[in-house]
Amino acid sequence: MEQLRQFIHSILCSVRDLLPIVLVVAFFQLVVIQQPFPDLARMITGFLLVILGLALFVRGLEQALFPIGESIAYAFARKANLFWLLIFGFALGFGTTIAEPALTAVADEAARIAADGGVIADQTDALESYSLGLRITVALAVGFAILTGVYRIVKGWPIQYLIIGGYIGVVIMTAFAPPEIIGIAYDSGGVTTSTVTVPLVTALGVGLAESIKGRNPMVDGFGLIAFASLTPMIFVMAYGMIR
Amino acid sequence: MELLLHLLRTGLSTVLDVLPIVAIILGFQVLVLRQEIPNLKRVLVGFIYVLAGLTLFLVGLEEALFPVGKLMAQQLTDPAFISAAAHIPGQPLHWNNYTWVYLFAAAIGFSTTIAEPALIAVAIKANQVSAGAISVWGLRVAVAIGVSAGIALGTFRIITGTPLHYYIIAGYIIVVIQTMFAPRMIIALAYDSGGVTTSTVTVPLVAALGLGLASTIPGRSALLDGFGLIAFASLFPIMSVIAYAQLSEWWVKRQQGPLSQGSDDSDR
Repeated sequence: MEQLRQFIHSILCSVRDLLPIVLVVAFFQLVVIQQPFPDLARMITGFLLVILGLALFVRGLEQALFPIGESIAYAFARKANLFWLLIFGFALGFGTTIAEPALTAVADEAARIAADGGVIADQTDALESYSLGLRITVALAVGFAILTGVYRIVKGWPIQYLIIGGYIGVVIMTAFAPPEIIGIAYDSGGVTTSTVTVPLVTALGVGLAESIKGRNPMVDGFGLIAFASLTPMIFVMAYGMIR
Repeated sequence: MELLLHLLRTGLSTVLDVLPIVAIILGFQVLVLRQEIPNLKRVLVGFIYVLAGLTLFLVGLEEALFPVGKLMAQQLTDPAFISAAAHIPGQPLHWNNYTWVYLFAAAIGFSTTIAEPALIAVAIKANQVSAGAISVWGLRVAVAIGVSAGIALGTFRIITGTPLHYYIIAGYIIVVIQTMFAPRMIIALAYDSGGVTTSTVTVPLVAALGLGLASTIPGRSALLDGFGLIAFASLFPIMSVIAYAQLSEWWVKRQQGPLSQGSDDSDR
């Protein structure tokens, strides 16, 4: 009975989360474009799936992703093994990014642009190698970002100096990078962090800050995602310059 | 039947996407940390919830939202529609004829951000860690307002054809100035919220809008100018979240009244 009540509650939360999209789409379709929906039954089925999926995901978040991230953070803090913690941070960043579907899509499109701009040959193997190189570049950037971010939490450095330093790096690189890579580089920062990685990495950072003496989880625990969205910009512009 | 196939295909690719994460965590648990995960059974069930939830979520989006949203982006950016809506048939279009495009960009940015699962995760965590000082809903609305303003400005940039990096560098300068005056506890969270906003729900629709705009406006290249909206969507939430923290701090001070002002220098 209690479980059923909880389930209904999480479904209602999902409905509330989805309501703005439904309103926006309905308003623009019916009032602005003034056309009926092409396949209403399919849309309603789809939205029911989205609602159920979101409810399940939030459930799993609290039951699996947060506890895993925290338990790993506590275990590393207890062992006080900084070396392996940094390796873990790098592996997590690299491993989750290289397989990220959103990144693959952007990398393929970037290869297309490079071919159209005459930077690389317009052949399948040249396109594929450019796209793969870009994905490896971004994955290295994210691995490096999580590694640096974890080290910052351990040391308790204020985040703003590192981020502002990164901004300066982005600005300097922009001045030298070929123009066709800039848009992709700026966007690549946003697409790297997936829905499964974000909760894990957040729980890892907060867990570390909680278990290391003298760190405040609010001030020091967040910020890993911020690094992961900043470094790809710099790395991708460097890739554009070297190619 | 077709839906079932779609579910199976997406389910499989979700499992494949999560596989590297599972392998890394298991590898470190077994080889380096040598410990068992507490409540293993509960965690495994939770992991199945995550996989099943993401699969249903993605399939639902692809069935319901993405086709209609992408079509809508195309129709709204169609020059014929824009000149009809602006009542100037047959004349060249200016940036101020695109009212519906800006409104659509802002509305779709706001509403997709509210539904973004990664942001829900960070907001829940921030609420727990701050012992309730940061409300889940407040943070999500603050981020959504930032994305909304960012994407609207991003479409303006594509329409006017001004260089992307001017906007981003100006944005950085504002963020740096805001950081100097921001409450210390919000800074890291605000920087994080830039990265989490753009994933599953937002990216496909926003990309469709950018490419649609860039391919219909004369003199823009879809490939060169279509990018950059995501960058706006990751930068503006940083500003809106810091602003949210400053406003709520100011609000608390105002509520406490002038008498207690001497005593709340407690965040040092």
